[in-house]
Amino acid sequence: MKTQTEGAVREGARPDGAGRQPRIAFRSGLQQLLAFGSLIGLVIFFSLASGNFFQFSNIVGILLSTAVIGVLALGSTFVIISGGIDLSVGTVMTLCSVLAGVFITFWGLPIPVGVAGGILTGALCGLVSGFAVSRMRVPPFIATLAMMMIAKGLALVISGAKPVYFTHTPVFSKISLGSVLGSVIPGFDIPNAVLIFFLMAILGGILLSRTILGRYTFAIGSNEEATRLSGVNVRAWKMAIYTVTGMFTGVAGILMASRLNSAQPALGMGYELEAIAAVVIGGTSLSGGKGTIVGTVIGALIMSVLTNGLRILSVPQEWQTVVIGFVILLAVYLDILRRRNA
Amino acid sequence: MVVPARGLYFESGIRRRKGQTAGVKSLSDELVRMEGIEKRFAGVHALRNARFDLKAGEVHALVGENGAGKSTLMKVLTGVYPKDGGKIFFRGREVQIPDTRTAQRMGITMIHQELNLAQDLTVAQNIFIGREPRRAFRLFLNEKEMNRRTAELLAQMNLDIEPETPVSKLTVARQQMVEIVKAISQDSQVLIMDEPTAALSDAEIEELFKVIGRLRADGVGIIYISHRMAELKRISDRITVMRDGSYIGTVPTESASIDGIITMMVGREIYQPAMPDPGKKERREAVLEVRGLSRKGVLHDISFSLYKGEILGVAGLVGAGRTEMARTLFGADPVDSGEVHVHGRRVRIRYPHEAVRHGIGYLSEDRKRFGCLLEMDVQTNMAMASLSRFMKFAGWMDDRRMGEAAGKAVERLMIKTPGVRQRVKFLSGGNQQKVVIGKWLIRDCDILIFDEPTRGIDVGAKSEIYRLLENLAASGKSIVMISSELPEILRLSHRIIVMCEGRVTGELVNDGNVTQELILKYATDRSYAVRQGGPG
Repeated sequence: MKTQTEGAVREGARPDGAGRQPRIAFRSGLQQLLAFGSLIGLVIFFSLASGNFFQFSNIVGILLSTAVIGVLALGSTFVIISGGIDLSVGTVMTLCSVLAGVFITFWGLPIPVGVAGGILTGALCGLVSGFAVSRMRVPPFIATLAMMMIAKGLALVISGAKPVYFTHTPVFSKISLGSVLGSVIPGFDIPNAVLIFFLMAILGGILLSRTILGRYTFAIGSNEEATRLSGVNVRAWKMAIYTVTGMFTGVAGILMASRLNSAQPALGMGYELEAIAAVVIGGTSLSGGKGTIVGTVIGALIMSVLTNGLRILSVPQEWQTVVIGFVILLAVYLDILRRRNA
Repeated sequence: MVVPARGLYFESGIRRRKGQTAGVKSLSDELVRMEGIEKRFAGVHALRNARFDLKAGEVHALVGENGAGKSTLMKVLTGVYPKDGGKIFFRGREVQIPDTRTAQRMGITMIHQELNLAQDLTVAQNIFIGREPRRAFRLFLNEKEMNRRTAELLAQMNLDIEPETPVSKLTVARQQMVEIVKAISQDSQVLIMDEPTAALSDAEIEELFKVIGRLRADGVGIIYISHRMAELKRISDRITVMRDGSYIGTVPTESASIDGIITMMVGREIYQPAMPDPGKKERREAVLEVRGLSRKGVLHDISFSLYKGEILGVAGLVGAGRTEMARTLFGADPVDSGEVHVHGRRVRIRYPHEAVRHGIGYLSEDRKRFGCLLEMDVQTNMAMASLSRFMKFAGWMDDRRMGEAAGKAVERLMIKTPGVRQRVKFLSGGNQQKVVIGKWLIRDCDILIFDEPTRGIDVGAKSEIYRLLENLAASGKSIVMISSELPEILRLSHRIIVMCEGRVTGELVNDGNVTQELILKYATDRSYAVRQGGPG
């Protein structure tokens, strides 16, 4: 039903800009409430089911395990809202951590330079995907599938298919596992990875809802051709959007490498799908034009709470995957129901 | 007459219908009656005490401005929206229509503005989709039988269409006929036609009217939604007017006057047509000069000038290349050769954003696909062409300033919306169009290309848009206005260029001596293409 809703607006004109609520938050408010409600519901359920769940250390564990997928999902939110998809984030993340390892361990570059190099690698991969999508007009699914393989192959080639260890630079692992918060507030030992995840979420939220990049992201996802005919350089902005996704992917790569204190070239495949799952559970539409960062954060948390809770209840890993599959189905179905009634 | 085994099938299509054999032609046969229909959407009272009735064998026109509730009422009748109150009677019995399938089964079918045919399937496959004749224990499709029966149906309607033609090969008019035949083949007794002539040529309209006449004779009731008054006068038996979601009145067409109907629709005075002020264009500055614009197979050596403060009408039949010319000029489609000068400087326009940078704005004929971001709010839509002007620093958006600018445009354009945060999909067609115009006003473009600015817009909003175009021209903007409605062209343009088959075939100064006949002569006479190819 794409017909206009006739007669929907019959009140007198109030061109004063009634309602100043943040646009994005207001629109998907219900979906977020729903997602947030489910998250709380899950936490309560697992807390009642097992005394081990609601422990400080376990909650920190959940947050820590959310960090990498979470940052990947934050980045994916941008491409998905723009109506695209990025299948390469998993292996590009790996390539970023491998390159960070090469810069720091093999070349002996200072850690900040190596970190920046890793993040830039991600941004560059995003730029290339964006170029393929917008200039070469390759469908996003195919372009990023190609990038997925290119990155996977490059990670293996560069590392010689062997893990790169950060043995000479023990400080590197502090990026993820150290606790700046713990040193400020004694006892509040939240690992940096979690802090970085939330900082990246705030950055993503600002980019998406307060900046021109975010506006164009929604506009392109909502109606790309109309946006182009408004005089927007859609091709350039699409490249920018894929680059932002790549940058987030780079950050995830650093977090991953730091947490394992090594770059594992064989890891990464499949992470893109988990990231997409988190985005979708968070209420972002795969057809573009709709979505929020808060939703993605909640989506990522729901996934790791489920995994963690089920593990505590000794549900075998295979079954955890089955449950998550159903959760994705349910989340998207609820979203469709909501839209139908809207 | 071979009758297939499954009872679902019609026999000879339109001759016999379920549950009745004779007497359908009696005008007193009531098919549908809707009484006191109420419908609310999130705080908006879309239908209040709405009423409608339809007899067998009549064409009952339903008119009203965009937003008057016509479509909503029809969506209640076809089960798209559940009603909040009121009663629906079908053949005298009260019925509930909770979903579209129920309506379908009762024989109430809507022929949509956007046609619902599978483009790659054949005519026959489309007509029989979902109920294909089968053979060999119903395991295999019986294409032969299907084509034979389709041919029969088409013959009954006197339509010269091959059953095996893929639908994509047919014109829009022909596709519409296929939709109608499909509905009839499903035993539809009530056909709702929403702006059926919007995309049709005059000859095609004649063909449609013949088909409607045949349906009427066969006792089918037709609800006819249209903005074209002259058409209603010709084809309808009765006219019902709605306004603001309410029933205003029903009049027999014979005794109705067009002015009377329009007054009922808008409930206010309409801006009266007047001749445009020809102005003194001899000494005016040419803001846009197009020289030899060509695109292989589409545009041939298009040349014209546009002066400051002028409305240049572009007339031509469907397929004359007017939209293609506009899109090419705006950089939306590629160009092969030709020069464009803006304010005397030669410019290169390869993409829309380059056109906008040179102060050119484009309003598409298809606003839902190419004009609006339906899911986004009024202010974002209006600011879309000039977002970078509403930044504070480093890409940070200044929503307050954006809202203020949009608010001003909403006021200036008299857009009916609860606020600038309203999503555009909830606005009526005329208001959506104004939002798109507002986008170019906020961008402050000097040169505006309006492609069918009043398509699908009701009479009241139309005259508002006319006045707006005149005001824009008076304030020094230059406007290229493409329109298929010749009265509109004559009403607004200072000068007119006529196109035919991708060429400019005529250029006229609208000094009062130009007639529709003259324009049509240029629009159809191909010899002019040779003579007047160069700069006009």
